[in-house]
Amino acid sequence: MYFDLPAKAKAPTACKYRPATISDVRHQTQAVSTLTRSVASARANLPHLLLYGPPGTGKTSTALALARELYGPPGSPAYTARVLELNASDERGIAVVRDRINTFAAGAVATGYTTPAGHPTPPFKLIILDEADAVTADAQTALRRAMEVTSRVTRFVLICNYVSRVIPPLASRCAKFRFAPLPAAAVGDTLDTIATAEGVDLPPAARDALIDASGGDLRRAITLLQSASRGAAAGEPLSPDTVAAAACTLPPGVVAGLETAAASGQFSAVRTAVEGLVGGGYAATAVLEELGRRLSAGGKQEGGDTAADGPGGGVAAMDDLQKSAVAVKLADAERRLIDGADELIQLLDVGCCLMVVFGVGRSGDSPMSILPTAT
Amino acid sequence: MASGGGGSSSLLWVDKHRPTTLSRLTLHPDLTPRLRRLASGGDLPHLLFYGPAGGGKRTRILALLRELYGPGVERTKIEHRVLKVGTPPRAAEVTTVSSAYHIEVNASDAGPTADRLVTQQLVKEIASSSPLSTLVPTGGSGGGGGGGEGAPAGGRPPFKVIVLLDADLLSRGAQAALRRTMERYTRTCRLVLVADSVTKVAAPLRSRCLGLRVPAATPTAVGELLAGVARREGVALPAAVAADLVTAAGGNARRAVLGLEVAAAAAAATGTPLAPRHVVRADWQVAADEAAAQMVRAQSPDSLLAVRAKLYDLLGHAVPADVVLRRLVAELLGRVDQEHAPAICLWAARFDHRLATGAKAVVHLEAFAARFMAIYKQFLTEQAAMCDS
Repeated sequence: MYFDLPAKAKAPTACKYRPATISDVRHQTQAVSTLTRSVASARANLPHLLLYGPPGTGKTSTALALARELYGPPGSPAYTARVLELNASDERGIAVVRDRINTFAAGAVATGYTTPAGHPTPPFKLIILDEADAVTADAQTALRRAMEVTSRVTRFVLICNYVSRVIPPLASRCAKFRFAPLPAAAVGDTLDTIATAEGVDLPPAARDALIDASGGDLRRAITLLQSASRGAAAGEPLSPDTVAAAACTLPPGVVAGLETAAASGQFSAVRTAVEGLVGGGYAATAVLEELGRRLSAGGKQEGGDTAADGPGGGVAAMDDLQKSAVAVKLADAERRLIDGADELIQLLDVGCCLMVVFGVGRSGDSPMSILPTAT
Repeated sequence: MASGGGGSSSLLWVDKHRPTTLSRLTLHPDLTPRLRRLASGGDLPHLLFYGPAGGGKRTRILALLRELYGPGVERTKIEHRVLKVGTPPRAAEVTTVSSAYHIEVNASDAGPTADRLVTQQLVKEIASSSPLSTLVPTGGSGGGGGGGEGAPAGGRPPFKVIVLLDADLLSRGAQAALRRTMERYTRTCRLVLVADSVTKVAAPLRSRCLGLRVPAATPTAVGELLAGVARREGVALPAAVAADLVTAAGGNARRAVLGLEVAAAAAAATGTPLAPRHVVRADWQVAADEAAAQMVRAQSPDSLLAVRAKLYDLLGHAVPADVVLRRLVAELLGRVDQEHAPAICLWAARFDHRLATGAKAVVHLEAFAARFMAIYKQFLTEQAAMCDS
């Protein structure tokens, strides 16, 4: 049944719900208003653009929507003749700049096209260079000449995550727009809209888990919604646990077990807890991340709002000196894990550190003096 | 094998009793309905199965494939392929297991420099065509021939599946390349990544896959599994033996079943009923345990030399260094008082990191041994001094 649907219907949800016009782009008000104005009023007067910001904030969507408003939908003759899209799946060396970009940029503008709205298309071509920060420095240097020589007939839209990796001469030729991570409310609204459209049962708890896991990255939020909804058992609403598994993050409460074990001062309990974490297949980096979050979150205002902040208090109830001792260990362990160290041994070390620091809290010594150090 | 498992006794029990369909899966009952949902939804996202070894990741994947494509996935052929990759072309060797619908490959075998090219090459090659069966209208007894029609009711999905084993061992470059590749070829193929440690799978890959966590099997579940295998093999399994096997396996179902087979073979060879003494540790475990015992027994240069010989022996027999270290730590923690645990863990963590980043494993293992001895010796000396005064 599903297989009979046209191939288009199978596009990833995040692509399916790409905004069709610039004004549909969520949250990025500054970029949206400026671009809308330049499209609407002075059609011929678009500067080169540099859109930068973290993943999933709408940079590519904005660029595609811009192209669409200027030339009509992708696949139309005007769009095909005027727009060149280069993204990360293409080679990024200097040869591409020389061959594809320069060839496309240098050609004369084909005339006689109109947009669906009936306006004549603006007299320039558009080159969208996605992930421009991954273009080699040589190629970027080659590009800057191309931008100047062809600027009468071609506009560039450079898109990147890190503006610092675009060479300054290139950046200074463009109007820059920063795309900020989306606030939770904006992500939540979009998720609700899509969940309704897709017929996914999205209870608030799962919605919050999605927002948390996305960290302001709308594409990640939507992709997670899609995959988690397929990973859930039939006929059941999405649960936070399913979301956590799909995102490879930790379901709530998993780390609290380690804290309780460490607070008990029994090494055997710590060992059991750590073996449980590793045996459960949870990502050790996620454990560290969660510990770090708890470490920096609590203590002051929000005492006692979760189970872990109960009598034991967990890491949130530590004093500043204790916290800093733990933080150093977390940083060490994280680095080692990135280097490919063993999860079990590193987490045991972290667990032991927690246990010692908790013990210090009871005895009143300085944690720095008690902690064994490896120097 | 002396054990009397009639019929196809050439198969290891662990393969022979591997459940092949979703309905026969016994471990992780909460995961099975989700897999069924995935299989019935028609479309399949890219998947990432993660969890410790022996938890049943591959078993679940094969069952899922069978649900998707029918019994045809079980007709596999093993190919040893030499791919000419890169410029200038170099030969990269990989072994693939494939059916008409899926291919299983361990690209990390090709080595850290070639694995990127191998994944790209293979994915491209496989993704360049749709599976043949989907072009033929599915119905009663279609083209497949011979015994195993039974294509699923909705027809077979119009894509092939690439199972990438040990995805966490792929180099950074290979993982980065994979993310472009998997976006580009979504139309004709889906990737199923398998990883022991999800930490080592790059975040952009994780975010493109539906993560499915397959935890280690619980002791109860392993016990039931063993009982089932023993019953089907006609082996009497005393509770004490089962308990020993479960403990030794530590949540690794494969190790438990292999252990059972070894024990049963040993019992059959001597003609006695299965007893706890037939449950044996592997040679490497014995050697590692002896090294740990030596470290606790005596702390001197001579003792260190003895430990060193054992470590060399282990590494010489291709036991991975991190496995050795894990075993050493576990043994030491079991042998000494728990007040030493923080120090042991601290140093183990530090030398474990050096193992991961360094080049010569034995140096770091030895350093760990020496460090432990120093700490332990100091403790013993202090205790002796306290007793004297």
